[in-house]
Amino acid sequence: MSDVLAVADHRRGAVRDVSFEIVRAGRELADDLDGDLHLAVIAGDVDAFADRLSLAGVDAIHTVEAGEEFNHDLYAGATAALFEELAPTAVLMPNSVNGLDYAPAVANRLDLPLVADAVDLAYDDGLEATREMYGSKVETTVEVSEEPFAVTVRGGEWAALEERADVPVEAFEYEFDESASGARVQGFEEVGAGDVDIADAEFLVSVGRGIEEEENLELIEELVEVTGATMSSSRPIVDNGWLPKNRQVGQSGKQVTPDVYLAIGISGAVQHVAGMKGAETIIAINTDPNAPIFDIADYGIVGDLFDVVPALIEEFE
Amino acid sequence: MKILVTVKEVAEAADDFEIEGTDIGEQYLEYDLNEWDDYAVEAAVQLSETYDDVEVVSATIGPERAEETIRMALAKGVDRSIRVWDDDVAAADLDVAAKTRLFAAVVEEEDPDLVLSGVQAADDGFGATGVSLADEIGFDWAAVVNDLETEDDLSMAHVHRELEGGIEELTDVDFPAVLTIQTGLNEPRYASLRGIRQAQSKEIAEFGLADLGLDADAVASPISRTGMYEPETESDATYLDGAADEQAGQLADVLREKGVVSE
Repeated sequence: MSDVLAVADHRRGAVRDVSFEIVRAGRELADDLDGDLHLAVIAGDVDAFADRLSLAGVDAIHTVEAGEEFNHDLYAGATAALFEELAPTAVLMPNSVNGLDYAPAVANRLDLPLVADAVDLAYDDGLEATREMYGSKVETTVEVSEEPFAVTVRGGEWAALEERADVPVEAFEYEFDESASGARVQGFEEVGAGDVDIADAEFLVSVGRGIEEEENLELIEELVEVTGATMSSSRPIVDNGWLPKNRQVGQSGKQVTPDVYLAIGISGAVQHVAGMKGAETIIAINTDPNAPIFDIADYGIVGDLFDVVPALIEEFE
Repeated sequence: MKILVTVKEVAEAADDFEIEGTDIGEQYLEYDLNEWDDYAVEAAVQLSETYDDVEVVSATIGPERAEETIRMALAKGVDRSIRVWDDDVAAADLDVAAKTRLFAAVVEEEDPDLVLSGVQAADDGFGATGVSLADEIGFDWAAVVNDLETEDDLSMAHVHRELEGGIEELTDVDFPAVLTIQTGLNEPRYASLRGIRQAQSKEIAEFGLADLGLDADAVASPISRTGMYEPETESDATYLDGAADEQAGQLADVLREKGVVSE
């Protein structure tokens, strides 16, 4: 048998999208390996999650009933214990923020080679994984010469598997005492509440690293004023403290779906695109004609924002 | 207290570049301190300024060229540095497990109370070494930390882990620990002229595999890069051409047509 063990991701009572995607990735890999796909569901209301994840292509669901929320000691320990029990060829874990917190520990304690943040997987006498490098400027292929192996998969790269089926659910006993864990979750905090909710805006003017200096933000403020738009930004602007966190669009910020999203000086890293690809019309201004933002733009202006934006302000003054 | 900060020199590719073999041609790459590690260095230096008797040591796996980047960390307030490199390391395709073994050997040597590393490296972006290291050396850990407060007896930290979608997880982590640091945790300082001068006289100790009690097996990796290519562009954007004022004029028309501009 050459099975695949995949681990589901959930948070605060809801199964996260990447779980449905990792089932697709796991099914495809299990087909290549001619094996079964096992899905682990760890912590929280595991029966409800198992029901949600009873999907065509999953051969068995293993529930680990322990703890309410994510804890990396629980996830790493339970995944490693399931690995010992099932002896799969591949362990797939999500490259989510929680995945980053336990997947490397799983690979380390099981002594498995780890391919992180894979965007495609193929198996033919060995694993070949595709991943990005240099800030998404290139894709690379890596081959893994040892088995078993561990992979973390990037969210949004595999189509969600939604078709339901009756999947056998087995409870897997794993003893866990959260109070003995060296890292204990105390709670959650929603960040980015504040004066405006950019998720409500119809027209977002969004600014990125290309603005170069904090004082140059005045230019964007002026554009926002004459057009009646709402200002948002990519991560570096918030990291620099130039705009508050509630203005940040992207994976760790807000997801927005305005009628028009005007991206100014934003290259379009995958984490940013995750937050704005649902906009109806995307317009990008960037000096780099190869910037990935143009891949998802409906309208593109290859040019210097310091020339184009003042001219645009004049149009509406 | 001793803090070990892992510091990587990363390559950034120029806008226009060419691929040679399985990497971008050397002439298109520029090297710099990894952005995430810059925040980790700042966090360590701030702790050394807040508490008495805190030593900050940086550890880098990298060739001699990386000393420029290491000097930058020293100029920002790191007390001394370790650089791991030799012919076997240079010849290896280092995977997460190999880096874990090298840093674990450095930890054995230095015996730190806290290890800070960036969440990921800007070039290869595995985002795994810090947590893998923590598991290997038996430290507690927290990944993707964007807020850090320490108890005054330095027994533990209260951290925020930056989850997706504007949610932060509040977690208590016992020391000794490894924390992987997210950008935005603090405001990394620029090196002062005085700092740059002082950095010239600070120690960068070189360690080869043998110095760390390891041999070439420690850097053997079952993962190898076999190809690199530019992703096919999927753009079907309508490009607005011409001089800047012409581009702006067409853009204004698009915005009016979409009905989002109130005039």
